[in-house]
Amino acid sequence: MRASFIFKGLALSALTATALFGASHFGLDSALAEAGKPTDGALYLQEAATPTATELRWLHDVVMIIITAIVALVTGLMAFIFIRFNKKANPVPSRTSHNTLLEVVWTAAPVAIVLTLIAIATQPLYNQDVIPETEMTVKVVGNQWNWTYVYPDHGDFDFTSSLLPEEDAKAQGRPYLLAADEAMVVPAKTKIRVLVTASDVLHSFAMPSFAVKIDAVPGRINETWFVVDEPGTYYGQCSEICGREHAFMPIEIKVVPQNEFVAWVQTRNPEYAAAPATQQDASLTPAATGGN
Amino acid sequence: MASLYPAADGHHDDGKPAFFRRWFYSTNHKDIGTMYLWFGMLSGLIGGGLSFMMRLELGEPGIQFFTNYHTYNVFVSMHGLIMIFFMVMPALIGGFGNWFVPLMIGAPDMAFPRMNNLSFWLLPVALVLLMTSFFVPGAGADNGFGGGWVMYPPLSTTGHSGPAFDLIIMGLLAAGFSSIFGAINFITTILNMRAPGMTMHKMPLFAWSVLVTAFLLLLALPVLAAALFMLFFDRNAGTGFFNPAMGGDPEMFQHLFWFFGHPEVYIMILPAFGIISHVVSTFSRKPIFGYLGMAYAMVSIGVVGFVVWAHHMYTVGMDVDLKLYFMVATLVIAVPTGIKIFSWLATMWGGSITFAIPMLWAIAFIFLFVIGGVTGVVLAMPAVDVVLHDTYYVVAHFHYVLSMGAVFGIFCGFYYWFGKIFGVMYNKVLAHIHFWLFFIGVNLIFFPQHFLGLNGMPRRYVDYPVEFTFFNQLSTFGALVTLAGTAAFFIMLIEAFIIRRPAEDNYWGEGATTLEWTLPSPPPYHQFNTLPRIK
Repeated sequence: MRASFIFKGLALSALTATALFGASHFGLDSALAEAGKPTDGALYLQEAATPTATELRWLHDVVMIIITAIVALVTGLMAFIFIRFNKKANPVPSRTSHNTLLEVVWTAAPVAIVLTLIAIATQPLYNQDVIPETEMTVKVVGNQWNWTYVYPDHGDFDFTSSLLPEEDAKAQGRPYLLAADEAMVVPAKTKIRVLVTASDVLHSFAMPSFAVKIDAVPGRINETWFVVDEPGTYYGQCSEICGREHAFMPIEIKVVPQNEFVAWVQTRNPEYAAAPATQQDASLTPAATGGN
Repeated sequence: MASLYPAADGHHDDGKPAFFRRWFYSTNHKDIGTMYLWFGMLSGLIGGGLSFMMRLELGEPGIQFFTNYHTYNVFVSMHGLIMIFFMVMPALIGGFGNWFVPLMIGAPDMAFPRMNNLSFWLLPVALVLLMTSFFVPGAGADNGFGGGWVMYPPLSTTGHSGPAFDLIIMGLLAAGFSSIFGAINFITTILNMRAPGMTMHKMPLFAWSVLVTAFLLLLALPVLAAALFMLFFDRNAGTGFFNPAMGGDPEMFQHLFWFFGHPEVYIMILPAFGIISHVVSTFSRKPIFGYLGMAYAMVSIGVVGFVVWAHHMYTVGMDVDLKLYFMVATLVIAVPTGIKIFSWLATMWGGSITFAIPMLWAIAFIFLFVIGGVTGVVLAMPAVDVVLHDTYYVVAHFHYVLSMGAVFGIFCGFYYWFGKIFGVMYNKVLAHIHFWLFFIGVNLIFFPQHFLGLNGMPRRYVDYPVEFTFFNQLSTFGALVTLAGTAAFFIMLIEAFIIRRPAEDNYWGEGATTLEWTLPSPPPYHQFNTLPRIK
């Protein structure tokens, strides 16, 4: 077993070296991804901003440990075999071609792993996919090549969000290809339902740090949700090929405190009078007030 | 066949017709197999060239070459289509399948030699149709089709009004019919023309793998053909199968496509499984461990492969219970795959292993296929896939099973049977250089892409935020190494044909036990005039 141990050691040190190289290349901080946007040289998921993303990260961590163990097992076995059973070490091959017990074991072990995976992956799926009672709705329409955001609970106003041009992004110190000229704005600590559709071809509304990705399909209204506690700016990108400028229709979501959100809505739709927060559930006060 | 084309002067030769008749009217399984291999190589150069251009573009943030972004999308789409339909499938099934299925089962030729000829010659026609699409209008005034190899409507219908995509539909239909004819041929040959005494349970695993593949082709490709016809009618005949304004549904296409597309994944990898089994057994000088388990693992992978398709579609907005079903069904495939991996390891266990060139490719295949397999387990979970879907993580995953699974399987078979096919041996040093450059190169390309995907970089992007720079640079550096490896491959090839070291009948020695090793290298134009008897 000494040989496989050495090999595992080598593999581990190679992985560590890669990680350290990435880290030293960009300063240690950047090896850890920050919330809301990608980080150069980062080796892992973006930091989670929603409870579902936190759960996704936990699930991915667990699965990562399992698959690393599987790869290490196979690598170790192979290293041992090559050292113990090469032509020099073992000039006369055995003729064994059956071992029922062994075959049962390597069928049963993957079955056990698969059952474990199913057991741990099911609840996160339902938590993520089954939409809870939400407090407000934003409608998202994918177009070639921008996004239209509609606020049906706040007087049904809408606006279009396009790529922030490179010069403007540079001037404003914002990330080019991630920043939009007009962000979608939502209140923090509020369960938000997102209705997604498209006007021309398929698009996909994606926000990695929220664990949100849902296709925008013409003729269909898809539904997802999120709730973000930390105010901040979060970035995503269109994730279904949609033609020439597929790479140039970013998604920017600004999460702001409730009072700032109300102020923002009023700049967008002066006729909208702020309703008490408790009455903002779309099912209770359809169309809120004013607007139309 | 020889009697159909007797040599003009009537004297006895080995029945080889003159050049034009031999290669253009060919009905000989070995000649057709050879043509498939050269054709696959040519397509591989085209498809590989397209991907190399893509990697060069992505070497730095900003636009390097593709000032017309649509052209980049065209390269992405054509790289996928050409590599799948014109490189991997022709090489593995058409090339090695044609060459070695009849030899391994002790048959004189394929069951339908003339249909075999048709199968091959449909492919150049199809490739010409696809290549022509580069130069005719696709979307608006932009040339070519840039909707991805998946061809999802409405981008492939209203989104590409020009004739480019119609050419691709016709090309893929031609390639599809080629594969269906080939599948019928393989099934008939394997079921009816095995040598006396060779029962199904004595048949070599490569023949098993091609048999399962042929059934997958026969059941999956008609669905693709139907979906392509529906696209064609939506585009040109005013139907609305996928047009919501006419009561159609774009997502129906995705279901039809992936009902074909997922078995297609196994179509590309199963023949490689067969090749790896023979190579591992030969160079361990041991019989294959758990032969029956290996054969039926492939059968069960084939069967289960038909009921997992919507795991490619977790983000389309499907019902949560359906997602759970597709997750469970997909994870089940890990079980027969595990049987295969462990049986290969057990074949080596207790063996007397020589690390010849084909064995290096086989070992690399097993190791890299495990990596590609376990990331498949991650992607199978919809709760995780929601972040990884349509990112570079997916690109890394399927290139680990294809660019390193199927392609390593092809190179493995190529080096294993090189002397048998061409009658000459390759230079081992050049072959080593090819292997190591290629192995290091493809890993440098695709391993960093896992990190890009985890960090959120979407697929099919001509430009990316500076936040993704580092691993893209590393990946592009890997493409340069792979290019050097590819050059080494062609130098190896040219050297072997100039030096012409003659190959013995069984140059791998006692470990190589299947019937092709009982014949000279290359085998006679017609073999097994007296059928071999299997004890």
